[in-house]
Amino acid sequence: MSNSKLARRFVIAVPNIWLILFFMVPFLVVLKISLAEPRIAIPPYSPLWEWVNGSIKFNINFENYAYMWEDSLYLNAYLSSIKIAAIATLLTLLVGYPMAYTIARAPEPRRSILLLLVVLPFWTSFLLRVYAWIGILKTKGILNAVLLWSGIIDEPLIILQTDIAVYIGIVYTYLPFLILPLYANLVKLDDTLLEASRDLGASRISSFFRITLPLSMPGIIAGSMLVFIPVIGEYVIPALLGGPDTLMIGKVLWNEYFSNRDWPVASAVAIVMLIIMLIPIMVLRRAQSKGAEI
Amino acid sequence: MAEELSACERRPWVEATETPFVRIKGITKMFGDLAAVDDVSLDIYRGELFCLLGGSGCGKSTLLRMLAGFETQTSGTIEIDGQDMTGVAANLRPTNMMFQSYALFPHMSVEKNIAYGLLREGVPKGEAMQRTADMLSLVKLDGFAGRKPHQLSGGQQQRVALARSLIKQPKLLLLDEPLGALDKKLREETQFELIRIQEDLGVTFIVVTHDQEEAMTLSTRIGVMDAGKIVQVGEPREIYETPNSKYVADFIGSVNIFDGEVDLAAPDLMRVNTPEGPVMCEPMAGLTARQKLHIAVRPERIQLSRTPIEAANTLQGMVTEVAYMGNLSVYRVQLASGQCLKVTAANGLHEENPITWDEAVHIGWSAAASTVLVQ
Repeated sequence: MSNSKLARRFVIAVPNIWLILFFMVPFLVVLKISLAEPRIAIPPYSPLWEWVNGSIKFNINFENYAYMWEDSLYLNAYLSSIKIAAIATLLTLLVGYPMAYTIARAPEPRRSILLLLVVLPFWTSFLLRVYAWIGILKTKGILNAVLLWSGIIDEPLIILQTDIAVYIGIVYTYLPFLILPLYANLVKLDDTLLEASRDLGASRISSFFRITLPLSMPGIIAGSMLVFIPVIGEYVIPALLGGPDTLMIGKVLWNEYFSNRDWPVASAVAIVMLIIMLIPIMVLRRAQSKGAEI
Repeated sequence: MAEELSACERRPWVEATETPFVRIKGITKMFGDLAAVDDVSLDIYRGELFCLLGGSGCGKSTLLRMLAGFETQTSGTIEIDGQDMTGVAANLRPTNMMFQSYALFPHMSVEKNIAYGLLREGVPKGEAMQRTADMLSLVKLDGFAGRKPHQLSGGQQQRVALARSLIKQPKLLLLDEPLGALDKKLREETQFELIRIQEDLGVTFIVVTHDQEEAMTLSTRIGVMDAGKIVQVGEPREIYETPNSKYVADFIGSVNIFDGEVDLAAPDLMRVNTPEGPVMCEPMAGLTARQKLHIAVRPERIQLSRTPIEAANTLQGMVTEVAYMGNLSVYRVQLASGQCLKVTAANGLHEENPITWDEAVHIGWSAAASTVLVQ
């Protein structure tokens, strides 16, 4: 085998080994645990196979998956997670699209400053930033203080520990994930297309809806999926900002692992979540390959 | 139906028999401190195919964009068909534009691209589709209605762009380097296609181009631009044969320039002293003795021979280069002073012993062939 061939194999091998080690192996471990029975032991689940009298005996158990189907908590948590993720994605899009559009249309030197401002929050810890929202949103927090002082409201608003607080937290945290791919798409938009549209008699608003918006669809889908996919499994934001009624699969997962110490059920929850997420990931991939076509 | 005379038959610019269709009055466009277009005034008549010709950065595209409404002039006015266009948005002007890059909407089919203007105008869908189909056959693209722009060749895209800009039957069509992206052969075919469509529809065309050959073929009149100003306006023949400045002479076709000064203003012939010797020209009014000026001589007006020539101007030189072009050959002749002249001569059939490299030659041209350029 020639040197260059060897080098090429090595280059391909590095990411593959990485994926196998840090994605495939943990996935298989979780899959294995999801097929076990819970036990009060260390580790807290039964082994998948045992040696009994010199022959191998498999203990494959689908009880955990069946249990998830029987107990409506899990199905509700999945549906609620998808609902919250969908609404939050839509809200992020409504906030993020005008921002990405403005940045893409800004003159060159200002553009980089605005982009820097978008990613600036990443320089502080995510956890700290979510905690900061508690200070803003709580009954005696900054937001209520300002609103009361300015006379807009008479009674403090109860936002913290509601779904509204969760939405605020998600929009705030995931905004850059939506803005960056959308910006990358919008900045490529050829100005002469808009001029051509205007020249043919379309108003500015009509030109936006007929030219800019359809051409930015790959960016919209990519950005939305980058928000939607992680938000389904989001744990920290609903745990800190949401109330007891905020039902999300991330929280359920946490409870199974750490409160109930039922690792097999927790693993089954995780596997189902992964399968659910495959759908939006496939949508994302299609959007990206379509975006590359244009 | 009475045949209406085309603009090049009416020639309204010779005698002011009709009111201009487009009146550009004292238009200036400043970008910061720089005047991209500098006090340009221009009248263009109905049915003309007017070319704005100039090098890159001369302001021709900016002028076109002001006509379309994409740029606002710093001062001056533009009137189209008697209406002042100041403050009229691009989507409300009676103009359409064909873009250099074509600017076809990549997410729409050919049909949707062409119908776009009609649908925005509120034309019913059935009628819009019928007119789109008619337009597709005008540009010979029947059967391509469902294709996306990226599935078309450059020439086909160009025709879609033309169809799209014509569908609203604009009074004035603005074309920015319409043939710029096509290869030479296709460009030549398309030039005549463009003239055919323009004459069929009777639309007034203003074409921006940097290609002087294209301008010569297409236009009823040419406006040559330099540094934001129009330096000469005229019919192609006029611009070529009587350029009014060294810039125009140099820009349109190829030319030999002599710098010199007026020696004496005789009544029949005028003598201009140049480093290459005296050059005889036809007399011109308004010149003073010792005035500095340029003499332009077209390469095809110069005779080339091995034997002495009888002409008002004769010189001797050495052939340093010969380029065989088929129908003609281009010679570079070095004079005693060191200046090189370009001379073209038609090639005969099976010419025996043609003039070649390193031959001593006689060249000569008439006084009428020396164009005097004051600027």
